[in-house]
Amino acid sequence: MTAPKGQVLLAHGDGGLLTHRLISEVFLPQLGNPVLARLEDAAVLELEGCRLAFTTDSFVVRPLFFPGGDIGRLAVCGTVNDLSMVGARPLYLSAGFLLEEGLDLEVLERVVASMCSAAAEAGVRVVAGDTKVVERGSVDGVFINTAGLGVVPPALRMGPETVRAGDRLLVSGPVGEHALAVVLARGDLEIESTIRSDCAPLNGLVGDIMTQCPGALRFMRDPTRGGLATVACEMAVACGLDFYLLEDGIPLTEEAGALCDLLGLDPLYLANEGKFLAVVDRDQADRVLEICRAHPLGAGAALVGEARSGRGQAYLVTALGGTRRLDLPAGAQFPRIC
Amino acid sequence: MEADRPLWERFRDPGIARALVARVRVRVARELGGHVSLMEVCGTHTVAISRSGIRAALRDAVTLVSGPGCPVCVTSPEDVDAMVALAESGLTVLTFGDMMRVPGSSTSLEAVRARGGRVRLAYSPMDAVSYAASHPDEQVVFLAVGFETTAPGVALAVAQARELPLANFSIYPAHKLIPPALRALLDQEVGVQGFLLPGHVSTVIGRRALAFLAEEYRLPAVIAGFEPVDILMAIDRITHMLVRGEAEVVNAYPRAVREEGNTLAQRAMWSCFAPADAAWRGLGPIPGSGLGLRDGWEDLDACRRYGVWAQPAGAMRTGCRCGDVLRGLLLPPRCPLFARVCTPAAPQGPCMVSSEGACAAYYRYERGDGDDGPQGAGAAGPR
Amino acid sequence: MCLAVPVRVLTRDGDWGEVESSGTRLRAALHFVPEARPGDWVLVHAGVAIALLDEEEARESLAFLEELSTPHGS
Repeated sequence: MTAPKGQVLLAHGDGGLLTHRLISEVFLPQLGNPVLARLEDAAVLELEGCRLAFTTDSFVVRPLFFPGGDIGRLAVCGTVNDLSMVGARPLYLSAGFLLEEGLDLEVLERVVASMCSAAAEAGVRVVAGDTKVVERGSVDGVFINTAGLGVVPPALRMGPETVRAGDRLLVSGPVGEHALAVVLARGDLEIESTIRSDCAPLNGLVGDIMTQCPGALRFMRDPTRGGLATVACEMAVACGLDFYLLEDGIPLTEEAGALCDLLGLDPLYLANEGKFLAVVDRDQADRVLEICRAHPLGAGAALVGEARSGRGQAYLVTALGGTRRLDLPAGAQFPRIC
Repeated sequence: MEADRPLWERFRDPGIARALVARVRVRVARELGGHVSLMEVCGTHTVAISRSGIRAALRDAVTLVSGPGCPVCVTSPEDVDAMVALAESGLTVLTFGDMMRVPGSSTSLEAVRARGGRVRLAYSPMDAVSYAASHPDEQVVFLAVGFETTAPGVALAVAQARELPLANFSIYPAHKLIPPALRALLDQEVGVQGFLLPGHVSTVIGRRALAFLAEEYRLPAVIAGFEPVDILMAIDRITHMLVRGEAEVVNAYPRAVREEGNTLAQRAMWSCFAPADAAWRGLGPIPGSGLGLRDGWEDLDACRRYGVWAQPAGAMRTGCRCGDVLRGLLLPPRCPLFARVCTPAAPQGPCMVSSEGACAAYYRYERGDGDDGPQGAGAAGPR
Repeated sequence: MCLAVPVRVLTRDGDWGEVESSGTRLRAALHFVPEARPGDWVLVHAGVAIALLDEEEARESLAFLEELSTPHGS
């Protein structure tokens, strides 16, 4: 293997093509093992008869506060959601803070208060922590790393290998709102909108489905960076099946649609922080949809397509009946004029 | 006032779109020998055609060749190098997001930003003026890219900066004009039978400014809006003219486009810009196809102010056949650079720079099923 | 080539105005659409209104299209 050339770009962290390259060319060759190689949102570990889910995530967002959330809420929800996606019940988090010299203590306190209320909402506790302060300019205000621990029910079978052709695809609500809320909150674009980030802990919603409809959930991911299209591509590869998404069925609010039109953004590639894409047993799909819609965080849920035998690719069926392949993005989207 | 939904949304109606698809397919099969090749000049059309599934729905009947209509993708590597040089010299560069990943000869604005360069996004040219006004300690350069649609707004920004006055604002003029590019394209052989013309450029320049396509080149051409129904309506009109052997420039976007265009926008544009020669990525230099700042406005030209000029095109990019691809004469895999030197990660010509460009689409196709999915997938799609 | 979207004029103050589309609001340059009044629809590109949208023309186009998409004899 030759060493990859060049420098790290912001696009290496966007969850698209370059992120994948970083993982496959830099991390996996050296750190790889069968658990890591699954590349799931959280690792599921068998420990002395107990099944634990373990994950970590780092949070950097500018600005720190945006409509619908802030970096503290994001740090808790992101890790809770990663655990939820493997069917785990999230229990404990750790929180590591990288603080920039000169940061207002009042800002830090607001962030921590927000973490506290998000943790209460999700029913998890922060049980370990760390603080580092770095020189001004080394980080942007606050960066947070969280790790999370949860328990996986002993009998649970979930993951790409459980997916069958004919299984249905379910999205838990309208897409794109987190990314749009953050882009506007940056204030580079002098545009006002009513859009708020969807940042929320999904363990309650996932728990409802698992208890009321056991065995219906086959495989889930939360479409954060790279959005719904990116996770659909990744999940199709992991399953070795083709995913067909119906464009008309994908929930999108009018507000988000209008803003995407204005800025030339494709909502399917925008980040979400309180949504999942799930592969659901065909026969139980309608029931799962009902359960979702009864929960406040799944009120906008919709069945958006199905898995079919194929080669592990994702396709979008448009309103016209045309089919086009979804690809991994070559980096985050920028607002366009053309 | 309209009741609930804006009237314009009905141009997205899938029922009408499907009826138009069927009509075009039948006409092409029965009366046009089974196949026609058309060029969509505009990059936003390219994206809309691909995203809406029109390309797939018309597969086999209508080949849609993507023309030179992405003003960002046709920005020459030499211009990008100059923009990069400005950003690297410590100035604050504001740009539309589209420019970020367009490569120069060695790097892009995105990479400059990763190394700490001050590159910021702007939605509107006026945002750049307000940024400069609120950051008097920074020297601000706005990258003025875009066709006739964008240039009038940049002219407003330039006039605003002069009026305030702002000492720390200038622009890098790299605008391009559509009619001279179409002429340059048509003065050589093209492999297409009709043109889908850019609706938003036309709102500014008017149908009249494009009438030469029919009058001088005898080509049927239709000005189209951007909803699926708009695009299909235009394709319907072009094929209708082809059947009858007619060549006209038809305005199929009359809700936005007038015969003479928007004369106020034109006046604003010509008040501070004058035609200039410009180099197009893939097409090379085209006389009078760009805009430079007019006499009396040169002090707002970042090139003069900072002594940064686009170097004349070197020999290094020889071999790129985007010009032929754009004319519909060459399929991308036949280009000697395709997939070897030129890839989406290291694009050389405009057709690879744009993710919707012909070469980028072919690159995906070669390595899988392309953007249109497997044959027949549409018909077998989920219900 | 050039992304432009229909937005409704909310307010107008000389050459500038506030425009809106489904909850998204922005300040737009209205220099090139002197006839646009609050309630009118304009096409906005990069923060600049480039055309006043003509509802009458749109209705005519739609009438033609709807006839086309109605199966004959119905």
